[in-house]
This record gives sequence, structure tokens and C-alpha cells, in this order.
Amino acid sequence: MATLASSTAMPVEREPTDWSSTRMQRRIARRYAAERNFRFLGLAALGLAASFLVFLLFTIVRDGWTGFLNTEVRVAVTYEPAILGLDAGRIAATADPAARRAAFRQADFAGLMLAASEQLGDFDSVVSEGAWLALRDRLEADPALLGQTEQVWVPVRSTIDLLNKGKFDLEAPEISRGVSDRDIRAWQALEAQGKLRTGFNGIFLSTADSTVPELAGIWGAALGSLLTLLVTIAVSFPVGVGAAIWLEEFAPRNRWTDIIEVSINNLAAVPSIIFGLLGLAVFLNVFGMPRSAPLVGGLTLALMTLPVIVISTRVAIKSVPPSIRDAALGIGASPIQVVFQHVVPLALPGILTGTIIGIARALGETAPLLLIGMRAFVVDTPQGFTQPATVLPVQVFLWSDDVARGFIEKTSAAIMVLMMILIAMNSVAIYLRNKFERRW
Amino acid sequence: MSLTILFLAAFGLALVGFQIGRARGRTLVATSGIAAGTAARARIGAVHSRPNYHGSFVALLALAPALVVLLGWSFISEGVLTDSVLASVPAAERPETSLDRTSFMNEVRGLAAGEIDEPFDLATIPASRVYAATQTNYNMLAGAVAATLAALGGFWAYSRLTPQFRARNRVEVAVRWGLMLASLVAILTTLGIVLSLIFESLRFFQMVSPIEFLFGTRWSPQTAIRADQVGSSGAFGAVPLFWGTIFIGAIIAMLVAIPLGLMSAIYLTQYAKPSVRKVLKPILELLAGVPTVVYGFFAALTVAPRVRDFAVWLGMSDASSESALAAGVVMGVMIIPFVSSMADDALNAVPGSMRDGSLAMGATPSETVKRVLLPAALPGIVGGILLAVSRAIGETMIVVMAAGLAANLTINPFDSVTTVTTQIVALLTGDQEFDSPKTLSAFALGLVLFGITLVLNIYALAVVKKYREAYD
Amino acid sequence: MNTNNAPPPVGSNQPPKMTARGVNVFYGAKQAIKNVSLDVRADEVTAFIGPSGCGKSTFLRCFNRMNDTVDSARVEGEIKLDETDIYAASMDVVQLRARVGMVFQKPNPFPKSIYENIAYGPRIHGLAANKTDMDGIVEGSLRRAGLWEEVKDRLGESGTAMSGGQQQRLCIARAIAVDPEVILMDEPCSALDPIATARIEELIDDLRGKYAIIIVTHNMQQAARVSQKTAFFHLGTMVEYGDTSTIFTNPSEGRTKDYITGRYG
Repeated sequence: MATLASSTAMPVEREPTDWSSTRMQRRIARRYAAERNFRFLGLAALGLAASFLVFLLFTIVRDGWTGFLNTEVRVAVTYEPAILGLDAGRIAATADPAARRAAFRQADFAGLMLAASEQLGDFDSVVSEGAWLALRDRLEADPALLGQTEQVWVPVRSTIDLLNKGKFDLEAPEISRGVSDRDIRAWQALEAQGKLRTGFNGIFLSTADSTVPELAGIWGAALGSLLTLLVTIAVSFPVGVGAAIWLEEFAPRNRWTDIIEVSINNLAAVPSIIFGLLGLAVFLNVFGMPRSAPLVGGLTLALMTLPVIVISTRVAIKSVPPSIRDAALGIGASPIQVVFQHVVPLALPGILTGTIIGIARALGETAPLLLIGMRAFVVDTPQGFTQPATVLPVQVFLWSDDVARGFIEKTSAAIMVLMMILIAMNSVAIYLRNKFERRW
Repeated sequence: MSLTILFLAAFGLALVGFQIGRARGRTLVATSGIAAGTAARARIGAVHSRPNYHGSFVALLALAPALVVLLGWSFISEGVLTDSVLASVPAAERPETSLDRTSFMNEVRGLAAGEIDEPFDLATIPASRVYAATQTNYNMLAGAVAATLAALGGFWAYSRLTPQFRARNRVEVAVRWGLMLASLVAILTTLGIVLSLIFESLRFFQMVSPIEFLFGTRWSPQTAIRADQVGSSGAFGAVPLFWGTIFIGAIIAMLVAIPLGLMSAIYLTQYAKPSVRKVLKPILELLAGVPTVVYGFFAALTVAPRVRDFAVWLGMSDASSESALAAGVVMGVMIIPFVSSMADDALNAVPGSMRDGSLAMGATPSETVKRVLLPAALPGIVGGILLAVSRAIGETMIVVMAAGLAANLTINPFDSVTTVTTQIVALLTGDQEFDSPKTLSAFALGLVLFGITLVLNIYALAVVKKYREAYD
Repeated sequence: MNTNNAPPPVGSNQPPKMTARGVNVFYGAKQAIKNVSLDVRADEVTAFIGPSGCGKSTFLRCFNRMNDTVDSARVEGEIKLDETDIYAASMDVVQLRARVGMVFQKPNPFPKSIYENIAYGPRIHGLAANKTDMDGIVEGSLRRAGLWEEVKDRLGESGTAMSGGQQQRLCIARAIAVDPEVILMDEPCSALDPIATARIEELIDDLRGKYAIIIVTHNMQQAARVSQKTAFFHLGTMVEYGDTSTIFTNPSEGRTKDYITGRYG
């Protein structure tokens, strides 16, 4: 209009762009090529990331699935009271199972196993050094066997087990293949006689750590993880949710609240090993709590998990619309009643999702537990919160450090168990989130 | 009587208090002179609080003092018991190192609980009797004190119950206090970290000068047990550790994680169809959920030998099997999902109108990303990368399992380097003497690590927050 | 495709710049535009009016295929620019959007300098041979948008630091910089105060004749002031289309009349 036209001199007219010229067409073709390349780069990056995951899972399953199997050799065993050092008549007369078990605990089953394995001739060394435990279990289950002879399947040494699973390259020269000619001959001979069988490895899932791979199991570590996480949940859930409720609903806006918020946000990003140093300095050295105990491990992990729970609970509480609070306050509920009868129940799915994710992270955590001594070699399943114990990821770490070749498959198998538990926990969290998530 | 039973007893006592208080509250309602048929309007206010609040009030006042006593006792009991047990052992048989003490006490406890039949150390048998007796005595004492206080608190509370008594308000104030105390745990944790790190570090710096620690280039903390042993003087120059940490966590890992994470995020936010995104995003999340010990095992067993073979093929015949490259690459893979999700957030925070504006000008999607979205999202992405760096340098298991302990100052990625976290683990496992510089140096390293990650986190969070606000 | 309901010919004899025939738009299963046909002439401003949610913005975004960026959107029918079907497989979206520019409801300058905002389009399309050329384009575009005098001394400042009205004129200048043939304006004044709105309206009037302009507005006075043709939309259908003067003084449809007189909206 007039004002505009007078204030601005109209610029020189440009030639309209000729989009069909060769120069323009070539330029556009180039731009589309760049577009395709860029898009491909993005897809390639994702593909690479995904293939890392697939490769990782693949190698672990490849190395680990055989850990759930074990090889046993058949031997004829005569439960000679003389070798065992037992009085057959007294045993038969003992009605109390506990007393009988006590007697068996004193008996020389190792000697019995040695005698029984001699019938394997040159190959007597294939039997595991812990195989006598199988004999004791047999006899405890059925005391009438005392003095009888029966065919028993007992676990073999780890090397024979691995040979049977095809883990060695038999073409390689003896020096580099990690197994002696003698062991190969023993395995081939026994295999030919049909004295070997492969079956489900009950030992792995039911025992604790051992110095020999064929007797090592994850039950002890799994129980240790369970005890540790129970402590973690018992501490971090109520404290975390309480802190979040306070900060979201009641905290006055002042310096203290700011300090608390900064603390929580920073704790969420503090390296986990620092929590280990804290546990060592405070729980062990100041309070004198027992080393290697699930109680201390659980407390340490609880402090680590706390910020995760606080942050996710705050998000969940924030997503409950203010109209709900107003409605409840409007009919005369006190602020505490509003929070515990309305806000928290509505936010609960979000709170639980955050808690499960936090606990899953604690389950996979290793470094802080190493510092408070949970790397102890524990051959017994843990009995209580103050007894020495280890946990699944630390067990993985300990086995991965072991030079015995049989531990590679044990490590991978333990990782498979750990990952399955983690995936199950995360699936529950995702299910909860999808099922109960409400959009206001 | 074990502590667990004492705690359960305290809660049981509180439950009894609750029942009594609630019954009293019901009686008050029944006797406040209002007939059953009276209008609701008249009933409100005759008795201030509902019976449940009367019950809770009594229960709280019974429980709180008992819990304080029992919690306090449970924190110090092991220390007290250990002292009295060790004092009972003849000086000649008394364990000397802290590790010996720990195993001695473990046996004592095991014997006392009846879990061990035959101890290795025969001195533990009389000690275990002392332990059991002392424990019983002290626990009885603590239990008696707690029970008395609980009874006093309960009776006092009961005596206050009247129709006009505002039990609900009292209970709610207590709940608020409980919530506030819960939020203080975060501060206490931070304080605990800072104080314990500083305290132990100060003891370390009394033995080793901070200048040598921060700027020295030789790290060899193996102080000898006996003074005449070879190599008895430890060297605590931490520069090779700092360099190794930066080399693995901030350089090699980021060279892997930034391009892959950023491009993944760009593809997911700009190109992928919703159905594709639904499949690919959980895969990235799964990558983030793999425990670090698994990555460490993967790095040590699968990646490291390949890296070594590659180095040998390149002509480095003495290549180490523990290389910076193997640990760094695997750590980079671990960080990919983190970088990707931070970049994802940053790109999503750029208003859609920017993207529309660029596309409407005839820009291709890649031109839009490169010239408009990335520059606009840059502060958010940089903040995310700083957080990723902070996470990488604090990561422990991968480097413990794959990076090695040799403190080399090298830029050859095929060489072995060591990191701050690796050394902390190495220094604090095995024999611990809490007055040797070797053990204390772990806390000094922890202090440095904490300080650096703290600064990185605060700065990065501020950058990200400011960036978010710019587009709100 | 339904071409039976071609709109009645109105105005000059010169062929229309853009034509739409039997256009349907779906968001997933929901139909947002039902069988709309109209012509847009090069020397006129065409206004789309109608109540909120009537589909006028959706229809506008069909003219430069911005609906492509919405995953669930699907467009049926035929839209031509100078006799070329813009939804044909051979059509290049990048070129199309350079020829059909767009100004959005909320000013959306890039977080770059004023200069870089204007230079963005010419740069990606390779329209300037050198720096002098680019300076000329930037100055010319800013002049045409009536912004030059206000910003010529601070071209290096951020585009996001300007006032709302200036930002919107910057966005118009940015669209002009690639020398388009058509400019689509999606409620360009809805986020602005009355004074800034008046300046934009002056500018639109000024640009008429050089570019074909389609403007979506919910402000009927604005449509009456700036446009020569008006199309009234309701519930995804085009109720009436014709000369602005006719629509506002003597609408043939009862619904149009009700809307214009303020019965609903």
C-alpha cells in the first residue's frame, strides 16, 4: 500500500528460476544422492549397533548353552561298608534320618569313588574329583543300598566334558589345543564303550561356587543376589517414594529443597564405583558391619538405586493432574489423605515401573560390590543377611577371571541366566507401563 | 534373641497399641452423646478424628522410640560385639590384620549360629561362646529398653485421647516428618560420599604429596609389607591413570559412540516409520540394559584377542592382549544407546515448525537435519555427550576386565593402559591395611573421579536444562 | 476421481496457476477433506475461510505436499501447478516446494542470523553464484517484505530475537527469497497483535500480482480485506467459492451466510 511503497524502493526484478535447466537438474540429482547417502548412513549406524547386540548375544549363547548340559560316566559301585568306614548293622538300626545323615557325612565316600573308578582301568582319571558327592546322595536317598552294587552315573572331569561337547580343535597339535592325547584317548575309548552320557546339568543350577568347573553352580550366587536385592528393595522403595512425595507435594520452595534436588540429580549420575567406596568407608569401617554380606551389599545398592526411584516417582506423581487433588481437597480431605488415597494410587504404575528398572540395574551391578568384599569365594549357599555371599554378576566376573577352560562355558551360561532374569524384569516393567499408563 | 525378632516384637507392640487406641476411639464415638439417627451434620466434629487415627497415634508413639533404640543398637552392635569378643581372646591368638579379623569373626559368628561344626582356628570356639553370651545379654538389654520406652510412649498417647483430641493432625504431622526424613537420605548420601572421600584422601595426602599425585608420571603403588623388600617405595604419580581414563572413556569410546549414537537417533527420529521405530528402539534399550560385567566379558574374551591379532597383522609383534582399543570400543558400544537417547530428546525438543519451515522451503530431509535441526539441537546434544563422557570415565567393569593394570603413558591404542576405576578395584581387593598409602590412594583416586564427574554432570545438566527452556 | 464438479469459471480469462480437482484427504481412517475442487489464479489472493477444524489448513498443505510429512496422511485427487500434476511420480517435491512457498501460523524463523534465515533457501537450491549475488537476494527479499529499513543494520542478529510481527515478515521474506510462483499462508496473523497484522495485510496486498497467494484465515474481515476470491469450508467440504465481494455480500449458501453473520464459528 501507499505507506509501504513510498518507504521502500522496489528491488530490481530477478530472472525467474529456470528449474528445467541442466545445471539445476544436475544440482537436484546431486542433492538427492546426498539425501540417500545420509539416510543410508543412519540406517547403517543403527544396523551396526543392532549387530553388535546380536553378535554379543550370539557368542554368549554359543559358548554358554552347553553349560546347562554335563557329561557323566557310568561306573559300577559297591557300597562297601568297610571302605566307607560304616557299620552296616548300626546304620540299618538307626531310625532317625538326621543321625543317619550325620553318619554318612563322616564316611569316606571319596575312597569309595576311588575304588569304583579303578574299574575304568587306564581311564580312572576321567571321574570328577567331586563325583563322590553323587554316591553320598544316592546312599542318603536309599540307605538300603549299603553293601549292594549298582551302576551309577557320575560327573566327569571338565576336560572330558568339554571334549564330549566338541569344544576342542582335535586337528591342532597337542601343545596348542589345550587337551592332552591321553585325555582324548580316554574320551574316545569310553565313548566307544557307551559309558558316557550327556544330560541336563542339575549341578549347575543347584550348587554354589567350586574350584573345579564341573562342580561349580550358580544357585549360591542367585540366592546371594536375592538376599541383596531384598535389602535394596526394603530400603530404597519406601525411602525413595517417600522422598519423591515430599519433594513433589509438600516441600517448601527454599534452599534446602534445592540442595536436596541437586543432590538427587547428581547421585543419579555418580559412577557406581563411588558408592562402593562409600559402602567400604561408612558401612564397613565406621559401622563395623560384616564384610561380603548381603546386608551391606543391599544397603550400598539401595543408595545407588534411590535416585532412580525418586526421579521416576516424581515424574509419575507430576503426571497426575491437579484437578484430582482439587477435587479431593474440595470435599474436605487433608493433604496427606489426598496424597495417599488419590495421588499415589494413580501414580503407582509409574512408580513400580521405575522401581523395577532401578532394581534390575542393581541386579546387574558389579563394581561397588567388589569393593565391599562380595568377591569372596563362597562354596556354601548363603544362610542369612550377614553371612558372606556373592551375587550373580560378581560370580560372572570371578569365573571370567579363572584360567580353567571349563569356566568359559560356565561364565557364558551364568550370563544367560542373568540376562534372562533382567529381560523378564524389564518385560514386567514395560507391561506395567503399557497396561496401566494413563494419558490425562 | 536375635535383632530380627526384636524388630518384629516392636512392630507387634505397635500393632497392639493400634488396636487399643482404635477401640478407645470407637468408644469415644459411641459415648459422645449422639444417637445413631442424628443427622450427619451433627456427627461431624463431635469426635474430631476417626478411630483409625486414634489407633495410629498410639501405635506411632509406641513404635518410634523403640525403633530408634533398636536401629541405633543394630548399627553399632557388630562393632561392639567384635570388640568384646576380640578382647576375650588371649593376645597371642588374636588375629592381626583386618582381613584375618574378618575371617576370624565370620567363623565365630558361624559357630555361634550353629552353621559351622569344625572351625579352622580353634581359638574361635571359646570366642564364639563369648560372642553368643554377649550378644544375648546386649540384645536383652536393648530389647528391655525398647519395650519400656514403647510402653511409656503408648500409655502417654492413650492418656491424651479425648473427643476433642486432634489425632489425625498429629499423625499427619508425623507422616510429613517421615517423608521429609526420607528426602534427607539423598543429602546424607552425598555428604557421606564427600566426607568419606575427603577424609581418607587427607590421610593419603599426609603420606604422599598432592603435587606428586596429580602431576607425577610414575604409578607403582605396591608398597612392601616388609621395609627391606625390593621395590618397597611406592610411586603415586596418577597422570598415566588419568590419561588412560581419558584415552579409553573420552576418546576411543566417544569415537565409536558419538557417530553411531547420533546417526541412530537421526534415523529413528527423522526417517524411521513408526512401525520400524517400534522394533529398533527396544533393541537400543536392550543394549543399554546389558550389565557391564557382560560387556567386560565380551571385551576380554571376544574383542581383545581379535584386536591383538589385528595389531600383530599390522606388524606389532609384541601387541598386548589387553588393549585400550578393545576396552574403548566395547565401552563405546555400551554408550551408544545413551548418546542416542540424549540426541533423540534434543532433536525432539526442536519445535516441529522449524522442520516444517525448512521442508517447505524445498530442503531435503538431510539438509533440514544438517542445517537446521542439528545446529538448533546442538546445546542439547553437547550436554548429552558430556553426560556420556562422565558415564564412560566412571565405568568400571569393562576396563577392569579388558584394559589391564599397566600404567602406560601411550597414545598407541593397541597398548595396554590402566584407568582410575581399574586401579581403585585393584587397590581395594585383597589385603586391606587401612593405614597404608596403597589402600588410601584408592580414595584419592575416587575423589578425583567424583570431582570430575560431578563437574561434568552439573555443567551438562545445566546446558541441557537451559536448552530445553529455550524452546518451551 | 471426480471431475464433474468443476467450479464455475470466475474472473479473468488467463489460465489458472493451480487447479485442484476432486481432492480427498484422509488421516488414517478419518476423512479430513471431501471432494474439493477449485482454481487459483496467478494475479489474485485466494482466501480459505471456515470454522476451526473445517479442513482449510489441511487443504492448503496439499498445494506444496506438506501433508507428505505426516505419516498417516493420504491425499487422493489431482492438484496441478501450471498443468503439471504435483502428485505425479515424476514430480520432484524439492522443486515443488521451491516454487510453492509457505508461511506458517506461528512465525518460525530458524535459530540463525537474519541474513542466514533469508540465505537458507537460495543456498540449498544454489540460486546465488557468489556472495554479491546472495547479498542482492537477501536485500531484495527483505525490501519486498518491507523489513529492510528495520533490519539492515543488524543482519547478523538472531532471527528469533525480533518481535512477532517482524519474525513473520522475516518468514515471508524467507519464502520470497527462492522466488516462488505461489505463496501459501496458513493463518499468518493469528499469533500477532492488530498493528503487526495490519502490516502483514499491507504486505500481502503489495505482493499480489507478483505471486499467486493462498491465505487461510479464521478472521473474516481479513479475508474481506486482502482477498479477491474466497472459499468457505465446513466439515471438510467446500461449501461455496467465488468472488470475495459476492461471498461477503450475497452468499448463495445458507451455511455461508450463517458463518459470515456470526451465527457459528
